[in-house]
Amino acid sequence: MPENTMQYGEIILDFSYLVAAILFVIGLKLLSKPESAKRGNLYAAAGMVLAMITTLILHKDAEGNNIALTNVIVIVAVITVGTVIGAVVARRIKMTAMPQLVSFYNATGGAASALVALMEYSNPDNTSILVTLLGLVIGSIAFSGSMIAYGKLDGWVKDWLSPLMKYINLFMLALVTVIVVYLMVAVNPMVSKEVLIYILFIMALVYGVFFVMPIGGADMPVIISLLNSFTGIAAAMAGFIYSNQAMILGGIFVGAAGTILTILMCRAMNRSLLNVIVGAFGGGGAVKGDKEIGIIKEISLSDASVLLNYTQKVVIVPGYGLAAAQAQHICSELDKLLTDRGVEVKYAIHPVAGRMPGHMNVLLAEADVPYEKLVEMDDINPDMPNTDVVVVIGANDVVNPAALDDASSPIYGMPIINAHESKNIIVMKRGMGKGYAAIENYLFYNDKTRMLFGNAKDSLQKLVAEIKNL
Amino acid sequence: MEQVLLYFNEYKEAIFIIILSIFLGIEVISNVPSVLHTPLMSGANAISGVIIIGGIILLGHADLSGFSLELALGILAVLFGTLNVAGGFVVTDRMLDMFKKKKSN
Repeated sequence: MPENTMQYGEIILDFSYLVAAILFVIGLKLLSKPESAKRGNLYAAAGMVLAMITTLILHKDAEGNNIALTNVIVIVAVITVGTVIGAVVARRIKMTAMPQLVSFYNATGGAASALVALMEYSNPDNTSILVTLLGLVIGSIAFSGSMIAYGKLDGWVKDWLSPLMKYINLFMLALVTVIVVYLMVAVNPMVSKEVLIYILFIMALVYGVFFVMPIGGADMPVIISLLNSFTGIAAAMAGFIYSNQAMILGGIFVGAAGTILTILMCRAMNRSLLNVIVGAFGGGGAVKGDKEIGIIKEISLSDASVLLNYTQKVVIVPGYGLAAAQAQHICSELDKLLTDRGVEVKYAIHPVAGRMPGHMNVLLAEADVPYEKLVEMDDINPDMPNTDVVVVIGANDVVNPAALDDASSPIYGMPIINAHESKNIIVMKRGMGKGYAAIENYLFYNDKTRMLFGNAKDSLQKLVAEIKNL
Repeated sequence: MEQVLLYFNEYKEAIFIIILSIFLGIEVISNVPSVLHTPLMSGANAISGVIIIGGIILLGHADLSGFSLELALGILAVLFGTLNVAGGFVVTDRMLDMFKKKKSN
């Protein structure tokens, strides 16, 4: 009888992992459609809770012992603390801080994977040394990399680009690889393996920092998505240590999904992933002197308000400047005001606008902009010549025509929103600073372009007030 | 060669799971509208918190009789994993709430 119950317990545990894995897959599938996304998230969460509970109750170690009651109490206490902190922060945080938060939670997942691998390494029952080491390395990179990404998005870590970076990174990566191989093959290592594993842990953490340090803000969506897939892979590696199907499937699944999303982002910029990581942007910063680029023309608030008020079709192109100035609400107000006056207002969303995949969509959704108004680049571009006014708010490289016709430009070949084809262009910008690609934007010198300098939020507020007075 | 075959034999189930999950992941994510890139990434991020299971197993069989580095790291692993799971799902839910609200209008 006792033997039977033991077996049943294990079978039920495995079965619950299967159910959890199915819930993950269905959940993510539902998450990819607007109508069912919320349900999908709940399914995936339910799968996770199920796997956590059954593990807690039914898991047995190699000797067949269940998790002791005191351990269960400790675990439940820690989980309760983590859940309360995680959920409260997630509920309270401002929507504009969303990219940071997603990065931070990704970092915690990477850290958990690294710690699990670190401790399982010295477990004599653990026979899968290679996956343990890979889990440690990938998890550590995901952790420190995501923390740096978090810091950059939050504004307290600056880009750090030096020509030497490329070589330092290659050297670090080689060193990490050498230590991994050495730990795999060395029978009598010169330094004890316990020490080496901690050295490897620290090296991987440092590499994660160096890996993200030179990545410019415009490439952030790609890197965040990539780090996300790293965390998934690290979790899968830990899954191998325990031969745990839920972890393996969930982890690999997320790893694959994250990789695909990363590739989609890269494709949207017409660059390879390698190019993003090594960082080609910012290199050829100097404007070529032989090209006559014209002059900058400003527009007054009253002219801008008249132009917008008495027109038919307006397209707003939002960029990171909109998020940075937290101007999404006032932007939505402008949109509503113009719509009430009979103007058709739409938003042109570039796939890599902002600092994380889909950043502009979330930001504008928060400000009550119906998502039917958010039009993707490929769908809005054919309509550009019929557009009366394009308002570029805090976007730069994604509207730079140099991407289309200047083969010497670093962003040449990147698909852009064809703002220059519309009849009038108003560019809201803080100053004449260049975008993250640090290149001259020919759109600003276009004959049809008028600049409205100032903080996006202030400018929009004044503009809304002007239009109300018309 | 023999080693490779033996390795494959030992891990064949895992290798099958990996290959099939990769295809599944690609299949599920393809053709996602960019509106949903952020929630999707955030939801996937929460799922990668499945490492919490590893944390539970680790801490579950840890020796609680005295304080040790292992115990401290184990607690940290469970805490981090929980943050990833709870924070990830709640943040995703909150993002999706905003999309939902607009739909009914």
